[in-house]
Amino acid sequence: MNGGQGAKDQVARLLTLVPMLHVHGQMRLGDAARALGVSPDQLLTDLKVLFLVGLPGGYPDDLIDVDLDPLEGPEGALADGMIRVSNADYLARPLRLTPTEASAVIVAMRAMRNGAGEETRPIVDRALAKLEAAAAAGPTPSTIDPGPDGVDPEALALEGLLRQAVEQQRQVRLTYYVPARDEESDRVVDPRGVVTSGGLTYLDAWCHSAEAPRLFRLDRIAAAQALDTPIATPPAAPRDLAEGIFARSDETTLVTLLLAPAARWVVEYYPVEAVRPKRGGAVEVDLLVADRRWLGRLLLRLAPHARVLQPEEYAADFAAAARAALDLYS
Amino acid sequence: MSTEKSERLLNLLIMLLVQRHYVAKDRIRRIVYGDSSTEAFEKMFERDKEELRSLGVPVELGQMDAYFGDEPGYRIRPDEFALPAIDLEPDEAAVIGLATKVWEHATLAKATTEAVRKLTAAGVDIDVTALEIAQPRLAAEEPSFDVFWEAVCERTPVEFDYRRSGTAKTSTRHLQPWGVTRYSGRWYAVGFDTDRGAERVFRLSRVQGPARKVGAPGSYEIPADTDIKEVSRRLAPAPTVERAVVLARSGSAWPMRRSADSIEEDVAGPDARTSWDRLVLTRGSVGLAEEVLGFGADVYVEEPESLRDAVVQRLRGAVS
Repeated sequence: MNGGQGAKDQVARLLTLVPMLHVHGQMRLGDAARALGVSPDQLLTDLKVLFLVGLPGGYPDDLIDVDLDPLEGPEGALADGMIRVSNADYLARPLRLTPTEASAVIVAMRAMRNGAGEETRPIVDRALAKLEAAAAAGPTPSTIDPGPDGVDPEALALEGLLRQAVEQQRQVRLTYYVPARDEESDRVVDPRGVVTSGGLTYLDAWCHSAEAPRLFRLDRIAAAQALDTPIATPPAAPRDLAEGIFARSDETTLVTLLLAPAARWVVEYYPVEAVRPKRGGAVEVDLLVADRRWLGRLLLRLAPHARVLQPEEYAADFAAAARAALDLYS
Repeated sequence: MSTEKSERLLNLLIMLLVQRHYVAKDRIRRIVYGDSSTEAFEKMFERDKEELRSLGVPVELGQMDAYFGDEPGYRIRPDEFALPAIDLEPDEAAVIGLATKVWEHATLAKATTEAVRKLTAAGVDIDVTALEIAQPRLAAEEPSFDVFWEAVCERTPVEFDYRRSGTAKTSTRHLQPWGVTRYSGRWYAVGFDTDRGAERVFRLSRVQGPARKVGAPGSYEIPADTDIKEVSRRLAPAPTVERAVVLARSGSAWPMRRSADSIEEDVAGPDARTSWDRLVLTRGSVGLAEEVLGFGADVYVEEPESLRDAVVQRLRGAVS
């Protein structure tokens, strides 16, 4: 910690500690340290500073009175005694919120408001109104808006349920949609963590149906139920998705596609082995495919902007699937 | 860590806070800065004042009364210094406590925590376990986000290099930011573009390199009628919604079934290989053709005709 920043933080802490003590009368050293997010040692150091400051008279009576005795055990050890501070009435009120603090908390609350259900929204509104009034003297935080999206209450409730299950190491029953098979299936998993990658949120869990770790996209979980049973596999940290979510599988086939400009996004969305530019903005792409049905659905979605160049049986697969779909209309 | 500076900052703060009138500089020097040289005092006092201000302490500069001539003095008004009384019900306090978990952004997460600590210090008991509420998360991965946020809070003009979508060229832009807003997980800055002389919106992920604050805080006014929410709405025009009727083979097209307005089972379908169900959907028109196509021969479009034509045409293109 550099000295300058340290002093500033220390002053900020003391300006919060004194009003806190003023409200509670007295507080245990450990409790106050926790409330301020510092170690008891640090808080004791802070209090020793407070001990030395006060009114500008220079008389002993002018100084803030801090009773350090209950906080120091024998031989300089720390004791979790009661903090008592007096003669500091002029610091009884906390410092007003800085513009950044006011806007950070208000914008966070607005995001919560968008995600709140019918029952909790009025509470958020009441709290928000009071906060905005308390911060009114500052600049207008109404200039920052968290936006309307990403706050689907059902999705948030699901994420909350999963995070709680991870924390409590409890099993979860999932109804999960597998797009490659167009199938919903029930399975019991040992949740490991909720992780995000590429703007999507996943549950990393040990799947007892697959008997392997699996990633479940939250937007494909149709239902989730936290069970009373504890997890049956050793707890593990969720995997790091920084490398992307597509694990290399041994049973893959190298497929070459020709993508028209309208289908070029595939290159940015899926990991590809090679990209070769072609005329007119088209690209030739090599990708490793583990699931033939997955590729089939992707090609149908892209129709007619993607063609299979290699292998031939995949090209035939796709032609047959497109023909079968078209036949419905004839 | 040296505690000398903390002591000095607190003594300065208390002195200016308890005086009813402006305090002359030489008195401040005598009481708080002891026997430091004139040069050292000037330097320290300047820095200390700014540090207190950056904590949010309103150190005010004013003229002492006539008796002292035009000598400037300093004070901190207690009503400006203190957090206004805020009387929160337990459930309101719980909601505010949860706000500390919303930001996935270091600076703002810390600022929110500090704000909640101050509110707690004011006597609000916060029991977050008392409330069942979903937790949204706000991230801001754009490197220039902090600068724009601060610039909006302080009303400081910003200069930055910007690459417009679809172009490779970068140009230097000047903005008086009025606000920042988020749409689809991306942050945008709205303000007055002083080069173009008009309101403009910039996507922060297209800002190249660091953005720079140029000019003094408070150097422009945000028009009183600025509504950042309205700008978000403009960025996110309401999607056109259309009603579609499709037939799906029984046991297929699960996501469509989940979002269907109604499902009529066992209806006449385009073939007799399986039984068919009729699904009525209300849906944004964007992406519906792709969704239908992805199910291949398991989904058949009845209406609207435009969707049906689009699907048929794309399939014809694929088999030709």
